Amino acid sequence: MASHGDRTGRGAKVKMGGLYARRPDIFPRKVDGFYRRLKWAIMAATLTIYYVTPWLRWDRGPYAPDQAVLIDLANRRFYFFAIEIWPHEFYYLVGLLVMAGVGLFLVTSTVGRAWCGYACPQTVWTDLFLHIERAIDGDRNAQLRLKRAPLGPAKIARRAAKHGAWLVVAALTGGAWVFYFADAPTLARAFAEGSAAPVAYATIGVLTFTTYTLGGLMREQVCIYMCPWPRIQAAMLDERSLIVTYKDWRGEPRSHGTKRAAIVEEPSRVGDCIDCGACVAVCPTGIDIRNGPQLACITCALCIDACDQMMAKVGRPRGLIDYATLEDSRAEAAGAAPVPVARKLLRPRTIAYFGLWGAIGLAMMFTLGQRSRLDLSVAHDRNPLWVQLSDGSLRNAYTLRLRNMEARPREVRLSIEGLAGAAMWPSTAGEQTAARAITIRLPADQVAQQRIYVRAPGEGAAAAPFAFHLAAIDDPAAADAEQTRFDRPETQP
Amino acid sequence: MTDKPDAAGNQPSGPQSMGHEWDGIEELDNPLPRWWLWVFYGCIVFAIGYCVVYPAIPLANRATHGLWAWSSRGEFAIETAAVDKSRAAIRDELARTPIERIDPNSPLMRAAIEGGRAAFKVHCVQCHGSGAAGSRGYPNLNDDDWLWGGDLASIRQTIEHGARQPGDEDTRVSQMPAFGRDGMLTRPEIDDLVSFVRVVSRQERADAASQRGALLFEANCAVCHGPDAKGGRMFGAPNLADAIWLYGSDREALGNTITNARAGVMPAWGGRLDPATVNMLAAYVHSLGGGE
Repeated sequence: MASHGDRTGRGAKVKMGGLYARRPDIFPRKVDGFYRRLKWAIMAATLTIYYVTPWLRWDRGPYAPDQAVLIDLANRRFYFFAIEIWPHEFYYLVGLLVMAGVGLFLVTSTVGRAWCGYACPQTVWTDLFLHIERAIDGDRNAQLRLKRAPLGPAKIARRAAKHGAWLVVAALTGGAWVFYFADAPTLARAFAEGSAAPVAYATIGVLTFTTYTLGGLMREQVCIYMCPWPRIQAAMLDERSLIVTYKDWRGEPRSHGTKRAAIVEEPSRVGDCIDCGACVAVCPTGIDIRNGPQLACITCALCIDACDQMMAKVGRPRGLIDYATLEDSRAEAAGAAPVPVARKLLRPRTIAYFGLWGAIGLAMMFTLGQRSRLDLSVAHDRNPLWVQLSDGSLRNAYTLRLRNMEARPREVRLSIEGLAGAAMWPSTAGEQTAARAITIRLPADQVAQQRIYVRAPGEGAAAAPFAFHLAAIDDPAAADAEQTRFDRPETQP
Repeated sequence: MTDKPDAAGNQPSGPQSMGHEWDGIEELDNPLPRWWLWVFYGCIVFAIGYCVVYPAIPLANRATHGLWAWSSRGEFAIETAAVDKSRAAIRDELARTPIERIDPNSPLMRAAIEGGRAAFKVHCVQCHGSGAAGSRGYPNLNDDDWLWGGDLASIRQTIEHGARQPGDEDTRVSQMPAFGRDGMLTRPEIDDLVSFVRVVSRQERADAASQRGALLFEANCAVCHGPDAKGGRMFGAPNLADAIWLYGSDREALGNTITNARAGVMPAWGGRLDPATVNMLAAYVHSLGGGE
């Protein structure tokens, strides 16, 4: 096995020429600093959320699962702490997606590609895989040496250890994913006994493969070639968005090697950049930030840490590479003061994004609080439309679907609104129980189907409108109603 | 077109021309893509195997059977056998137990009703209609009016033995005389009787004709239809005082009924269907809304 530079060596064998670019070798050097520690913290937080969430419990009583976050595909329910989403309430998930989209716009227009640099799973897992690689193969220089070394037992052992460790991480990633879709402790026990559902093993297999491939082998190529976001963000950034910038007005002309003497003798003739290449060596996407803002920059800010270290060593102020807006860069180059942070963040565009984001969130919270957990739908039996009864009255039949979306059985009152002289009874009870309102016990968190017979006088409109009204006995505000009609023969017999 | 590699050692894409050219469009000797070629060879191998194993080659009046002797009909038989096997326990219990002794809220009764729903679509809809609403001469099974009783046992007996089936001593038989055709009543008398029946069924107001009809009814009809004209299930005599009419309630239909009588028939399903299916049909008909 070769390091990732050789994987794309296919280009040499396929004699097409020019269609595919070879992937350059990228061995990011280890670096420490403020942004590196921030990335550690965010990685710890996101991975903790990912692995711990399925194990959180939330008591919903005896009729619903006690997993705090559960996507129950078999029963078509989504549980999120106190919120339970039914399939017909899918618009809440759409709302969340819209919020996530607007949130990305908001973040991008203020702090640039912070999502790409810190929180995107591709970044987090690639970062983790790079760390494992460094732990096994050593830092950048050791990795370069190892790549050039001939294939021998030591190299094979290291490669096996690295890919083995990656596969373990990948398998754990897939293994955590499936716990969101089933009761975690039960599924964990089933894994221990080897008796989990085949789809669970298949899901873990697929996610192990994708994690290993995307995080271990493809890495920055996902960001540069596969991900649409770098393209979209070009439209989201403006002159006042924070991006990682090399301050060329301060760094140029670069000094290197023999020129260093000039720094001492005539400081004004050279810039602060000592052309040490540290910013390039630490970059996980293998770019040179000094070439200016570019699509491949995920703004992970590791070059800031690397450059700050070098500036400290040569006794120059930090921030030759730093977060800055294009506007500030221009202002500073011209000798003016940068815009204060508060003014960078508070501008019409960000306020509009934030307002939209907050409005959607508030609207969703409001509707979540207002939604009725009872639902009624009525289907009128069509064959036959009506039945002549011996006493001269007519009978129509309806199939009612009664949704009780609360995790407890509920007594409900079903009544007829309109339709003079009508009475109804459930098909499971006799006609002697006929009344204008009946009480039904609905099972917890289920859709109950109930056939209802309605009897009404034979004289009247051929299609008389009326409504079924459903209300919880313990809370009359929890109610629903549906309009339907009572059919009579077109010509009276 | 040249196949010389360029300076970087890459073969230019552009293989030899086949020498065919039409209007400037040239046929090139491009090799097939490898993956496509291997899939193609794989398909040939698969096809040979398929022809050996499955019926494939048409002969004069049949096709080769193939090594596995597979047939869609055989597969269907296996599937239906599997379904029958899975339902055997329920069918056995339904065949053994009279339907009226099954708990109306039990899963067994629900299974019986669903089974009956399917069997009804096959055996009964031709006369009674897909919604069991019947039509003129064929009873509506949804309503609350039953000639021979609407409880489970009575319905089952009607299904099992049918109506007016010769040779079946338990069959449903009622014998209304053809009063007009056989000269038992004159035409004016029949008119009077029609008036009376339309009065008891609240379709007309009483008048002299209906009063004459009342006397005729008492003499000729009350034996079977009862003194109050509410019918009698012992004889299968319809209730004449209600709103449900098998053959219509207008003057012409009533006159025709009294003159020529009516005698509908229904097959005895006991000899054609197994006891479990008869029980299931009874359960389904009983569940239609008029069951007693």
